[in-house]
Amino acid sequence: MPALFIDVRVADDASKDGALAKKLEEVCPVGIFVATDAGVEISEENLDECTLCDLCLEAAPKGTVQVIKRYEE
Amino acid sequence: MTILISSETTFIVQGITGREAVNLTRENLDYGARIVGGVTPGRAGRDIYGVPVYDCVRDAVERHGPIQGSIVSVPPGFTRDAVFEALENGIEIIVIVTENIPRKEVAQMVELANLRGARIIGPNCLGIISPGEAKMGGVGGPAANTKQAYTKGNIGVMSRSGGMTTEIASTLTAAGLGQSTCVSIGGDAIVGTTYAELMPLFEADPETHAIAIYSEPGGRMEAELAEWVKANDSRLPIVAFMAGRFMDEMKGMRFGHAGTIVEGKEDTTAEKIARMEASGISVAERIEEIPELIRKRLSEAK
Amino acid sequence: MRFYEYESKALFERRGLPLGRSRLAHDADGARAAAAEIGAVVLKSQVLSGGRMKAGAVKFADTPDEAASHFETILPIEVNGQKARSVLVEEKTPIAQEYFVSVTWDGRAKKPVVLFSDMGGIDIEEVAEKHPEHVSKTHFSTILPITPRIAKEAVGAVGVTGGELNRLTPIVFELMQLFLDFDLTLAEINPLARLEDGRFIVLDGHVDMEAEARGKHKALLEELGIGEDETRQARPPTSFEIAGRKVNEADHRGVAGNVVEFDGDLGLVIGAGGGSLTLFDAVRNQGGRPANYCEIGGNPSVKKACELTKLILAKPGVEKIAVMMNVVSNTRVDIVARGVIKGCIESGRDPAEVIAIFRIPGAWEDEGFKILAKYGVEYCDRSVSMYDAAGRAVAKMGAQS
Repeated sequence: MPALFIDVRVADDASKDGALAKKLEEVCPVGIFVATDAGVEISEENLDECTLCDLCLEAAPKGTVQVIKRYEE
Repeated sequence: MTILISSETTFIVQGITGREAVNLTRENLDYGARIVGGVTPGRAGRDIYGVPVYDCVRDAVERHGPIQGSIVSVPPGFTRDAVFEALENGIEIIVIVTENIPRKEVAQMVELANLRGARIIGPNCLGIISPGEAKMGGVGGPAANTKQAYTKGNIGVMSRSGGMTTEIASTLTAAGLGQSTCVSIGGDAIVGTTYAELMPLFEADPETHAIAIYSEPGGRMEAELAEWVKANDSRLPIVAFMAGRFMDEMKGMRFGHAGTIVEGKEDTTAEKIARMEASGISVAERIEEIPELIRKRLSEAK
Repeated sequence: MRFYEYESKALFERRGLPLGRSRLAHDADGARAAAAEIGAVVLKSQVLSGGRMKAGAVKFADTPDEAASHFETILPIEVNGQKARSVLVEEKTPIAQEYFVSVTWDGRAKKPVVLFSDMGGIDIEEVAEKHPEHVSKTHFSTILPITPRIAKEAVGAVGVTGGELNRLTPIVFELMQLFLDFDLTLAEINPLARLEDGRFIVLDGHVDMEAEARGKHKALLEELGIGEDETRQARPPTSFEIAGRKVNEADHRGVAGNVVEFDGDLGLVIGAGGGSLTLFDAVRNQGGRPANYCEIGGNPSVKKACELTKLILAKPGVEKIAVMMNVVSNTRVDIVARGVIKGCIESGRDPAEVIAIFRIPGAWEDEGFKILAKYGVEYCDRSVSMYDAAGRAVAKMGAQS
């Protein structure tokens, strides 16, 4: 079942950055970011667990990661 | 004046790098707590929100001088040793957050604390708060939420349930009754400090004018309180809320805290209510009746 | 967690406590064979309750045929609502006097206490009331080494002396050690009998192990054949309750899923420890019919709250759920809101329809209320008491039936 409440978007260029992918995977307490050979993937299953801690926003260059509350749309 | 802690109390957090401990460190700092250090073996040199982490309690004491308190938030299998470590390093007041600790180990911790002249609150508790002064533990949650629920005043609160400590305080606050000190004493069958053991402290605190308690089936704690009140001719009116009345019909089933199982004839809610009322404690049917009952008792006392 | 008599005795036997010869019988033939081997016997229903004698679930037999027939009589008898598992066939012994000894926790003294009486075989509370000089209470330390002198003092305190004192002391001492070694909450021998030849023998006894300590004693429990699904409460767990425990165990984050089944139509997603007791009372007092009891707390994950919601909604007869807690500190309102709404949607139900009320004030409530508003769920903040929130949920149930 797709996530209902939270969406996380990573800008195209940034999503292919291996170092950033590792960093995002490390800081997220609920496993939303998965570092792969191709860059970063989003774990659909864990999206709704997002605690809005903003650690990913702090770890990435400004504007490259967006956390969207779908219930505010 | 407050009981147990004050704005001057220094303390450490044992297990400070754990998920819940990180949280409560932040919440306590935001509320103005003087957390001088944290302990997690193998993590010396790190810091959590500016609080230095040490491998041993001894190292924290060497660096900062005598420390009064400790919040223990480590897994159940490590709790006894963490508490012993605190006690053997001169810590005087220990809040144990951890739950699911076998009774024997709780008894051992309490016995050593008694030998060392220290006091344990918990286990399985959210700690202590003297609104506007200090808090020690997860009680109330984030500082902003804590300030919304707890206000400074003259009612002491004691509760076997952490959540209900805040529910009662919040209800008192909404009714314009602030609190002197609120203690979440823990929901286990054996706890470091019982209602009756806190009573002399409240009795000696001029800021405390009345007491509200949360009560539930199981154990003898209410009977002990009722006896204390009678034997000491307490000046403090007490209002109790009794939860879990349905459990009287379901002996031998466990609901809620480890301490709540109706085993004997003394630990049903009916029996507890009768005992408390006989000693002059008012028993509320619902939480929202507490403020009114307290006001009534206070005006009668004048 | 209470042990059956035969399990308790298996534990006693490991520590060399004196027992009569016995066999466990699962059918009448087993009882007959046991009696043929032992001689005159007593047959005792193996049931997790006291009061067996009164219920007629204990009988004496002089012959194997008599034992077989008593087996048939005893096995179907329910004692205080508990079904018998089997029948213990035990050697009948000529008794001179009965004693009582138990070790338990004293929550006030916060120490273990030995209760000893030379008036065994009957209700100890009654003895304590009518003949207090025949009951001794002796506390002991959990950090100093325990030694036989504590047992000696317990026995001597009721006036027992001479050879009797010296034979009873090691039995009591052994029970104290057993109590601590196996994290028991009760170790009781009643009656402990002095036979006509002066020997002592454990006639009946039972032990309770602390639920929290089960993990520590896995090997023992396995050896005794006590399964992990056996909660040993007043009744065995239902499949709904076992499924609830699995929901809780599948995810270490927070608590959600320790359910107790009832037969009503209003599902409860409630917390925390004290809050659940308060809310369950509030629902019942206002005429509600709960489908379950449960506890959430400790900040469960969205997934965990979701799975619990699905489990409750799948229970036959559940029309709506009420999601209620006391003012929360560490559990987050928005996380629980996400979980229950997701649970409704994954169950193919409309959250606005199926959630009768959502009353969880506290940490992150603003965020939680936004989510609830978006899905059209009725919610309230702390200005609505727990009692009134429960009342609102109950009123909605009334309207539809």
